[in-house]
Amino acid sequence: MKTFEYTIKDELGIHARPAGLLAKTAKNYQSEITITKNGKSVVCTKLMALMGLGVKCGDTVTVTVNGADEDAAEAGIKAFLEANL
Amino acid sequence: MMKFTGKGVYGAIAIGKIAVFERQGMRVKRVPISDPAAEIERLEAAKAVALTQLGEIYEKALKEVGEANAQIFEIHSMMVEDEDYNDAIAEMIRSQSINAEYAVAMTGENFAEMFASMDDSYMQARAADVKDISNRIIACLANEQGTGELSDEKVILCADDLAPSETVSLDKDKILAFVTANGSANSHTAILARNMNIPAIIGLGEAFLGEVQNGVTAIADGFTGELIVDPDAETLTAYQKKQQEEIEKKLLLQKLNGKENITLDGTRINVFANIGSVDNIGAVLLNDAGGIGLFRSEFLYLEKTDYPTEEEQFRVYKKVLESMASKKVIIRTLDIGADKQADYFHLEKEENPALGLRAIRLCLKRPEIFRTQLRALYRASVYGNLGIMFPMVANEWELQEILALCEQVKEELTAENLPYADVELGIMIETPAAAIISDKLAPMVDFFSVGTNDLTQYTLACDRQNPQIEHFCDTHHEALLRLIEWSAKNAHANGAWIGICGELAADTTLTEAFLRMGIDELSVSPSFVLKVRDTIRKIDLRK
Repeated sequence: MKTFEYTIKDELGIHARPAGLLAKTAKNYQSEITITKNGKSVVCTKLMALMGLGVKCGDTVTVTVNGADEDAAEAGIKAFLEANL
Repeated sequence: MMKFTGKGVYGAIAIGKIAVFERQGMRVKRVPISDPAAEIERLEAAKAVALTQLGEIYEKALKEVGEANAQIFEIHSMMVEDEDYNDAIAEMIRSQSINAEYAVAMTGENFAEMFASMDDSYMQARAADVKDISNRIIACLANEQGTGELSDEKVILCADDLAPSETVSLDKDKILAFVTANGSANSHTAILARNMNIPAIIGLGEAFLGEVQNGVTAIADGFTGELIVDPDAETLTAYQKKQQEEIEKKLLLQKLNGKENITLDGTRINVFANIGSVDNIGAVLLNDAGGIGLFRSEFLYLEKTDYPTEEEQFRVYKKVLESMASKKVIIRTLDIGADKQADYFHLEKEENPALGLRAIRLCLKRPEIFRTQLRALYRASVYGNLGIMFPMVANEWELQEILALCEQVKEELTAENLPYADVELGIMIETPAAAIISDKLAPMVDFFSVGTNDLTQYTLACDRQNPQIEHFCDTHHEALLRLIEWSAKNAHANGAWIGICGELAADTTLTEAFLRMGIDELSVSPSFVLKVRDTIRKIDLRK
């Protein structure tokens, strides 16, 4: 299992568009990828739950990657967050 | 060729293709089922259709509005496939043995509720997306064609009835005419159609909806109230000719532009326009109205999913005032309740909403909403010639409370160093009580404006939404005219002016009677301005 923290820089937070892209990216990996904010965790592939988390600009979230391809998944998600959020 | 007859509410002719309105948030029935597995299969098939539709819309949007704007439809697709959403629907079908439509509707509501309750206005607005996809799946389950969007072509929109919020959300540039099975001449759709200068036919009866189909050519005749579906060549030609004649008549009236509104004996009268949103200002100016006699501010609230902020309101009011230059603009404060509601007000269901918590009553019971609006209005007042009008007043104490609130708002603004200008304050005369005690109310205000729609309904105890009693709802009833005359007398005795802003103001058979009562202003839908002005210029009060 791998874990890292990330602070959201996008003005709107995890809004619909990046949430959709994130869910799509997460589906590319076998590993289960979860995002945790204030003790509430959601699986990244679940778009509505992800949006429902209400992650805003400046929030720090914990990303957990767990599964067979966790190295690749961690790198992939990190790159996605840097580029989009 | 088929013909249906209803009641025309705006005299004009439209010829075009029919589009049947698909209800957003369709009424879905809860139906028990015996085979949940088969129901889930039906759901999966409908979802597949929904996804195909969304894919097509995405492709179309991609070409027309670009990738960034098209993305929302990709997100809609992902929402349709969302695990939690689908688990919840399937679980509901299985555990309650109910139909897929109901499970989708309920789950959609629940998820929309989740978004609506978030503390971020962007996420709150996503509730609409969830409802949208749920409605799409429900439409697919019902095997309905179409995607909920109007086509690119202008259409004759056919519906059972249109709620105010639905009418507001329509793309007005794409509508040639409104045709509804229910409704009455004073319904919101009818009023809107007059505002937009397009024909509307109401009360055609439910049966007609079974006979109309998307894409079929039809003629909507707002003069006779006839809807002709799939006309033959001869009929079509005759109507095209009639349409052309009407257009020429309208052009003739345009010639009145710039002429004074003065009777043959020299009595001057203001002819103003009623509007419901900033979009109608074009029509006001085009029809050469002397000002705005009624700006219905509730549209600001109905268009939203949460209370409009002071800043949002301020911007709209400022824009209206600036667009009208120094001409008078009378903005009516929030008139919500009864037939016009917004969900976020969380108004309790009432037995009799027309007599319930609405308009000024709601504002006085929820002063924080009222205060926000008053602050926005006073702040905007420096940008033009503003009048503020309060609806539904029936008691002296109400008016006293309103005026005290206005003073309080002015003091606040002064303390905050925010400028405001002199504003004329007036009340609607739309309850019989206000008309009867107009002698007591007149000294407290600058003007009266008679709201004839409600005044008729309350005076005659006739529900104006009920087409069955339209015959009893006599807008020329002597009781009504006496109340108007009495109000005019009391206004003038106290140095106030009096106008009429209800539908009756546009009834040119009464224009002379109103002038004889001493009415100073008539405020009508923009499309009626020229007709009323033309009438005034032919009246001689010496006779």
